[in-house]
Amino acid sequence: MAAEHRVFVPRDTTARSMGADGVAAAIAAEADRREESVTLVRNGSRGLYWLEPMIEVEAGGVRHAYGPVQTSDVPALFNADFLAAGRHALGLGPTEEIPWLARQSRLTFARVGVTDPLSLDEYRAHGGYQGLARVVELSRDEIVSIVTESGLRGRGGAAFPTGVKWRTVLNAEGTQKYVACNADEGDSGTFADRMVMESDPFVLIEGMTIAGLAVGATQGYVYLRAEYPLAIRIMNEAIGIAETAGLLGGNVMGSGQAFNLEVREAAGAYICGEETSMLESLEGKRGVIRFRPPLPAVKGLFGAPTIVNNVITLASVPIILAEGADYYRDYGTGRSRGTLTVQLAGNVKRGGLVEIGFGRTLRELLEDFGGGTATGRPIRAVQAGGPLGAYIHPSQFDTPLDYEAFEGIGGMIGHGGLVVFDDTVDMGEQARFAMEFCAIESCGKCTPCRIGAVRGVEVIGRILSGDDESGNLLLLRDLCDTMIAGSLCALGGMAPFPVISVLDHYPEDLRAR
Amino acid sequence: MSGAKNANGGADAREALVLRIARRHVARPGGLLPALHAIQDELGYVPAEAVPSVAEVFNISRAEVHGVISFYHLFRTTPPGRRTLYLCRSEACQAMGARALERHAAERLGIGFHETTPDGRISLEPIFCLGNCACSPAVMIDDFVYGRVTPQRLDALLEED
Ligand SMILES: Cc1cc2nc3c(=O)[nH]c(=O)nc-3n(C[C@H](O)[C@H](O)[C@H](O)COP(=O)(O)O)c2cc1C
Ligand code: SF4
Ligand code: FES
Ligand code: FES
Repeated sequence: MAAEHRVFVPRDTTARSMGADGVAAAIAAEADRREESVTLVRNGSRGLYWLEPMIEVEAGGVRHAYGPVQTSDVPALFNADFLAAGRHALGLGPTEEIPWLARQSRLTFARVGVTDPLSLDEYRAHGGYQGLARVVELSRDEIVSIVTESGLRGRGGAAFPTGVKWRTVLNAEGTQKYVACNADEGDSGTFADRMVMESDPFVLIEGMTIAGLAVGATQGYVYLRAEYPLAIRIMNEAIGIAETAGLLGGNVMGSGQAFNLEVREAAGAYICGEETSMLESLEGKRGVIRFRPPLPAVKGLFGAPTIVNNVITLASVPIILAEGADYYRDYGTGRSRGTLTVQLAGNVKRGGLVEIGFGRTLRELLEDFGGGTATGRPIRAVQAGGPLGAYIHPSQFDTPLDYEAFEGIGGMIGHGGLVVFDDTVDMGEQARFAMEFCAIESCGKCTPCRIGAVRGVEVIGRILSGDDESGNLLLLRDLCDTMIAGSLCALGGMAPFPVISVLDHYPEDLRAR
Repeated sequence: MSGAKNANGGADAREALVLRIARRHVARPGGLLPALHAIQDELGYVPAEAVPSVAEVFNISRAEVHGVISFYHLFRTTPPGRRTLYLCRSEACQAMGARALERHAAERLGIGFHETTPDGRISLEPIFCLGNCACSPAVMIDDFVYGRVTPQRLDALLEED
């Protein structure tokens, strides 16, 4: 009997979108044919997405990677004895030594792509549930203080200090409190939340459980976008496993405290990623924005004090509790502490997930990690922070990844997505799309957003078709100002930002053609 | 996001099904969205006839139920084709040719967004980001996502049945 070989083929949406399922089937069939004993592990993705499907074998206790592998490569890989890490043109060497990965600081993503996402044993063997184990020994006040000291700020977009939010919920009056995880991940160019949920679901469950114990909330919801069917399936399975193991339910880890968790599927409205709209949606209503105050932390879901946090925020909590506030805070720069999960997307040569301490420049990300564009042409623009984020011009690429530094150039880090465009991009069309998107996704509550965005599409159309170009350019500036000043929430209030960035940095594209 | 499991069956059977689903979800806090999802999972869409039944079970007005259905882009009120093609229209996909892919799909299928081919084979829907932005442009067919989709690859995917 030949030795048992472990082969890893990701079961992640992007890996599958590039053919991972076929590769997994081909490896199983070829192993059968050759009477090799192979155990296939469907791990998550390491996030080197340009190499997907990237498979790994364990040889001599070290994981070796090959990629991108197509079904047709499989016989040749066996011929090259890849099961013993044999040489092959697709060979990438020991996975952890691939420079793109080795240069990262994977804290929140420590297990992503490493473990079988639904193996609780592997989760524990790789440091999982150490944070919660510590939490059950602490007072609520101590838990919240550690999160505050870590310097963690919300990764969903607004970068609000997480510990401050938790303290408000802890101090709020209420017999029932909630933890609502924002897994709506609507920004184009972002997939970090999806990766956590597909590749390491227990870290989100652990983080939410810690949040629950920290403020005395007994019920949590994951508001998960409907566009992520695989993440929904995996999260639901993981919740079932955690319940069976006594890590969710009436007596969490023997603490005597209850915490229950449920996935709620969203239904394709971008605005429902805004926290008050999300709460309306969780209540089964139209996702219309609520006036603030009251803050959700005081009067949130069903009127009760509610922690609303992004997936990455919550998934960063277990390691902070396990390793201590200092450990996390020592990464980063200025008031941006810890790590940022950058997502390189669009027209980029080496796209994927880069978790790294704050402070690196945009250029380092785009060049050292990204390797420039996929098309090999010069980069002309990068949209940072999703559809409401400004287009960043190459003259600004030396800006460090730091919340305040980005704000300084009229941009935002948001959820960490960087969408790269080459020099064939038509920035006039990008400006028009920003307004069109706002028009499609407006919740309709206030006029500057609802009507303004529709007008914006029209005005840009007129500029591009040469109808009173200078008059309409002035009108467009005015319209942007009105939307920024008069909108109730950041959809209408920020949708003009990408438009203004085009007016400022790419005026040659916003004119008659 | 899955297709219809019970697209056939008479109006009575459908009404019974809708009532059963609504009753199963009414006691859950915020149960209306899960109920509508469950109806759409079973029937492929939320038919107009479902609105009064859901309203009655949830003890809210028909206008409220209709308001919720119409607010969310992914609830549909007409039967879908046998397969649904969701084309990502967002920026990371635009950067890799999504606009051209959009034109190609519309031309090849002879329909626009929110329409179904006359033979009932394919519905075409826009979608705003599938989280596949590092391997764009992306499309989803029913609930499977495909990356780096060229017009040729799209044609091949649409040939499969
Ligand atoms: C239009 C709009 C869309 C948003 N979409 C999301 C989203 O998809 N995911 C998210 O976590 N936060 C999103 N936010 C930010 C949330 O309102 C909120 O700040 C966040 O969920 C709080 O969690 P955090 O402090 O952990 O970031 C959005 C905000 C706006 C204005
Ligand atoms: S700005 Fe737009 S999305 Fe926000 S509350 Fe007003 S209408 Fe709704
Ligand atoms: S979901 Fe907001 S207008 Fe369509
Ligand atoms: S922008 Fe198309 S998948 Fe994200």
